[in-house]
Amino acid sequence: MIAPTSPFAERHRALETVSAWVLALLWLLPLLYALWTAFHPAAFATRFVPDAPLTLQNFVNAWQAAPFPRYFLNTFLLVTLILVAQLILSTLAAYAFARFTFRGSNVMFMLVLLQLMVMPDILIVENYQTMNLLGLRDTILSIGLPYFASAFGIFLLRQTFKTVPRELDEAATVEGASAWQILMQVYVPLARPIYIAFGLVSVSTHWNNFLWPLIVTNSVESRPLTVGLQVFSSTDQGVDWSIITAATLMTSAPLLLAFLLFQRQFVQSFMRAGIR
Amino acid sequence: MKRLPSSVLPWLLLSPAMVLLIAFTHYPALATLWHSFFSTPKGARPSVFVGLENYRLMADDPVFWQALCNNLWFALGTIPLAIALAILMALWVNEKLAGRGVLRLAYFTPTVLPMIAVANIWLFFYTPQYGLLEQITGALGLPSHNWLGNPQTVLGALMVVAVWKEAGFFMIFYLAALQQISPVLAEAAALEGASRWQYFWRVQFPLLMPTTLFVLINALINAFRLVDHIVVMTKGGPDNASSLLLYYIYEVGFAFWDSSYAAALTVVLLALLGLIALVKFRVLDRRTHYQ
Repeated sequence: MIAPTSPFAERHRALETVSAWVLALLWLLPLLYALWTAFHPAAFATRFVPDAPLTLQNFVNAWQAAPFPRYFLNTFLLVTLILVAQLILSTLAAYAFARFTFRGSNVMFMLVLLQLMVMPDILIVENYQTMNLLGLRDTILSIGLPYFASAFGIFLLRQTFKTVPRELDEAATVEGASAWQILMQVYVPLARPIYIAFGLVSVSTHWNNFLWPLIVTNSVESRPLTVGLQVFSSTDQGVDWSIITAATLMTSAPLLLAFLLFQRQFVQSFMRAGIR
Repeated sequence: MKRLPSSVLPWLLLSPAMVLLIAFTHYPALATLWHSFFSTPKGARPSVFVGLENYRLMADDPVFWQALCNNLWFALGTIPLAIALAILMALWVNEKLAGRGVLRLAYFTPTVLPMIAVANIWLFFYTPQYGLLEQITGALGLPSHNWLGNPQTVLGALMVVAVWKEAGFFMIFYLAALQQISPVLAEAAALEGASRWQYFWRVQFPLLMPTTLFVLINALINAFRLVDHIVVMTKGGPDNASSLLLYYIYEVGFAFWDSSYAAALTVVLLALLGLIALVKFRVLDRRTHYQ
């Protein structure tokens, strides 16, 4: 990602740099505020003086005030479950679309693409009733199940599989490899960057998902972090911004840290995943 | 697997994903339409066919119209701004400005933060008396204002949060598109004596058009999906001034437990998304080829 030096007159370069930085500071403001408040005593939550003492007490208080370890475990299980299911199901479906000609494949593909528009997030009433019927309500499985089949994943992998040279496939067939072996030994390894890109998008989406988990869960045992945080911060005992920002930072920390460490890969994979 | 007739194998590969897609996308979409013609079962009264009764109720429901209007304003207010900012950000981080890495990080960070978490922080920004915004306006000697408590400003305040959340995400797509524009074009334009401004409007902007269409579709879908911050910050209030369609569906379905009216509302949302889908398949896919 090396940008060429601009061939245009550089008159406004300084102005551009300053504006870009002002906007960046505005964009970081919520995070900067959260960092300030979470690491200072409550008395300094809204008083921004440079000599305010630092403390970790807010994190300790937040950690003890709600079952955050359980919420972390739930979210971890949830995103893992969804990711594994999505990778397997998308791979199989994408392979079918990319390498087989069969009657009805176009109709089926259209049915898949429809999910890009109508995501399960919209169909909360009906899906809630389905979960009730299946007796799955208030389980981690019920949060993940509607997202197991991902149109985005199928679409992305289909596009990638289509770029695999047909000759590789044919050579493997001549060698006597089965369709399964061809998929696992030719297609899947070649699509590795796309798997990583999709994985990052999927994990961050479902780590952050809120409305559906809010509806379908109502106990500590199944609640993910996002819902746990909401339950925690909407208690009536007066708003303690220091503790809430500490909890907020804890909730976002794993993704934020991963993002800081793998910034380049993160951005590039989002780009790769976004380009059609 | 090798012995199977070749027409069975693709269906076998496809079926797990298709079953789940049908169960949680297609079936519920159709069931929603079907259930919108029935009444909500309550206690001893079972659900009965009521025809278009739910829709007639909807036509007379001022909250529905308000949520719909709010949603349209929300889309109109956030999308152009988010896209314009995304282009600006992408242009900046595509050039060799000082601290480009940090800038990229700053713009993109809201995308990875959970909306539900940052909504708490925004809530504090808008808090009357001691919130950050109040401290700034107070220092400037401006009168105090309850941004989220006032029907006039609440939707605007929420739109700011949405733009902040989305612009950096869209920036990534523009950045990707900008990097595919050959630097030869910039050199040629500069040689011809074009200004940076002319180069953007005559060369870059037109070449970014497919990206803009793609981003626009995504932004439209998001405008009807993004409600996390409403749950945290306003609960649709005051006086439904910040209620959006999906939030109203959530409220009707899970606070008032009126599932058939919620179904009818969902049908409207589905129709809107269907309209977007139609435009997408008609206009966009004529340009982008999937084969």
